[in-house]
Amino acid sequence: MPSTPASPTAQVSAKAHPSPMAPPRSFLWSRRIFLTLLSGFVLVPVYVMVSSSLKPLADVTGTFHWLPSGLTFRPYVDIWSTVPLAKYFVNSLVVAGGATVCSVVIAVFAAYAVSRYAFRGKRVFTVTVLSTQMFPGILFLLPLFLLYVNIGNATGIALFGSRGGLILTYLTFSLPFSIWMLIGYFDSVPRDLDEAALVDGCGPLGALFRVVVPAAIPGIVAVAVYAFMTAWGEVLFASVMTNDATRTLAVGLQGYSTLNDVYWNQIMAASLVVSVPVVAGFLLLQRYLVAGLTAGAVK
Amino acid sequence: MSEMTSTTTDLSAEAGARPVRKSSSGAAAPGPRRRTGRIRRPGWLRRATLPYLLLLPALLLELLVHLVPMVIGIVMSFKELTQFYIRDWGTAPWSGFDNYRMSVDFNAPVGEALLHSFLVTVGFTLLSVGLCWLIGTVAAIYMQDTFRGRGLLRALFLVPYALPVYAAVITWVFMFQHDNGLVNHVLHDQLHLTDKPSFWLIGDNSFVALLVVSVWKGWPFAFLIVMAGLQNIPRELYEAAALDGAGMWQQVRRITLPSLRPVNQVLVLVLFLWTFNDFNTPYVLFGRAAPQAADLISVHIYQASFVSWNFGTGSAMSVLLLLFLLVVTGVYLAITSRGRRTSDA
Repeated sequence: MPSTPASPTAQVSAKAHPSPMAPPRSFLWSRRIFLTLLSGFVLVPVYVMVSSSLKPLADVTGTFHWLPSGLTFRPYVDIWSTVPLAKYFVNSLVVAGGATVCSVVIAVFAAYAVSRYAFRGKRVFTVTVLSTQMFPGILFLLPLFLLYVNIGNATGIALFGSRGGLILTYLTFSLPFSIWMLIGYFDSVPRDLDEAALVDGCGPLGALFRVVVPAAIPGIVAVAVYAFMTAWGEVLFASVMTNDATRTLAVGLQGYSTLNDVYWNQIMAASLVVSVPVVAGFLLLQRYLVAGLTAGAVK
Repeated sequence: MSEMTSTTTDLSAEAGARPVRKSSSGAAAPGPRRRTGRIRRPGWLRRATLPYLLLLPALLLELLVHLVPMVIGIVMSFKELTQFYIRDWGTAPWSGFDNYRMSVDFNAPVGEALLHSFLVTVGFTLLSVGLCWLIGTVAAIYMQDTFRGRGLLRALFLVPYALPVYAAVITWVFMFQHDNGLVNHVLHDQLHLTDKPSFWLIGDNSFVALLVVSVWKGWPFAFLIVMAGLQNIPRELYEAAALDGAGMWQQVRRITLPSLRPVNQVLVLVLFLWTFNDFNTPYVLFGRAAPQAADLISVHIYQASFVSWNFGTGSAMSVLLLLFLLVVTGVYLAITSRGRRTSDA
């Protein structure tokens, strides 16, 4: 076995293999062509989004042109009044933030149990949790809706239509993958470390929070990014489980088209505005995601 | 050799197969623990119960949001659940296998439409997963070595994955517009490839539109996973191969691709399940009424339930879909795992 599990901190800065041999010309050329084409494919929609968001309305209703006839920031001003975008933004932020925090904490506990303890039912647990990933969302959309309504009627806890209900739903979407990734990550943290902490008098939870969690920060960040993105981008449940007061961006963005007009420049501006937080966060933290995947999921 | 480490990617086997080092954890067991004398723990927090307590929140939530609703859904599929009973669904009359019979009666309109939707979904999923995997893998292999602009390119490639689905797909909707979209402008006005501007979001072209958007959105995930997988291939393998005179292409074929097999096993399965169940992309792309040619099964069932208000039939279709996915996953894991075991021997 040539590879020894590197410490998680070493994997954060994991670099690509410096090639032992200079690649041949055919490789370099095909790489250049392939990557150029691919960049074009990826970039065109991004360009359309950015450029159209700066166009006057006349530009986006007539024939498409690559270059705007004039630049305007009007759409960025108008998006906030055409629909209550700020309200949707806050709703999405609360829902995605809440789901992320809960999901990460719960996944840390579960992954710690699976990684460090031998207990009956472990295999059943991991298989069950992972297999929920396979369920078509459509299968439990309606039952969940009915369940939330029934719980609301029976206990007075408003789950349906509330942000709490949406948080609860979304956190379970990211939970299976988060647990799975963290199990792999915790496994790569040497057991000697938390055993030393146990001997020094930490309880099991002390060992978890003082030793294992700090050593697994990249994995935890990766899981948090994943959980946030999952909740921020979900459409199906948001369209059924929200009302006017709790509507999230996923549904609210549909509001820019009326019967007569489609404000494409505003739609593009709004799409850009709601994308910036996640894309920026993702690109800043993507190194952790790759490191987390390397140590956990694809080991 | 690398196959040994990699077998742990088999997710179902992972927890059960991994030997937990009893000896090491014994240090924390009550016996040896007493010798330090400083540790006080409440009685209920013993080794035996602690793991279950740690799992409890995850377990409860999965039960509440996934498993209980799934059971309710299965029960509902045996009921005649129309809008009259929706307020108190428990009182809806039982209908035996009627909903199932209706769903799979391929001579009647409902069953015929479901079969059509299923076939469209299968075709779409195979193409989309294949293309996503191919583009992602090729890009990851090409970007294995460092070169100028690699970091920038990697960030760029991850943008489609990072964008919220609705923001990305709505941009594509704009591009596919008949009168003011980019696609018709390029194909018709600039390249003169078509006689007249085409419709992309209705009619037969909608399948192509859906596929393009799905691949655009999905391939970075494959790229990300394969990229992570490549980092776990020991460098010594490449060095040894280079010493033996293997060229770049041979190294890719003989080392990179075989070493990626366990990663691919999980990646392809996950891509398949996500694509097959995808609701967000077609829903944002086409709205509530998906065109025939791109009538994916999730949207089809959604419509069968919420537009025609027949939740019993919708549930039966969902259960059939779940059964299908279970069978496919089982067969897939059995075949791919067996293949790997023989290659180990």
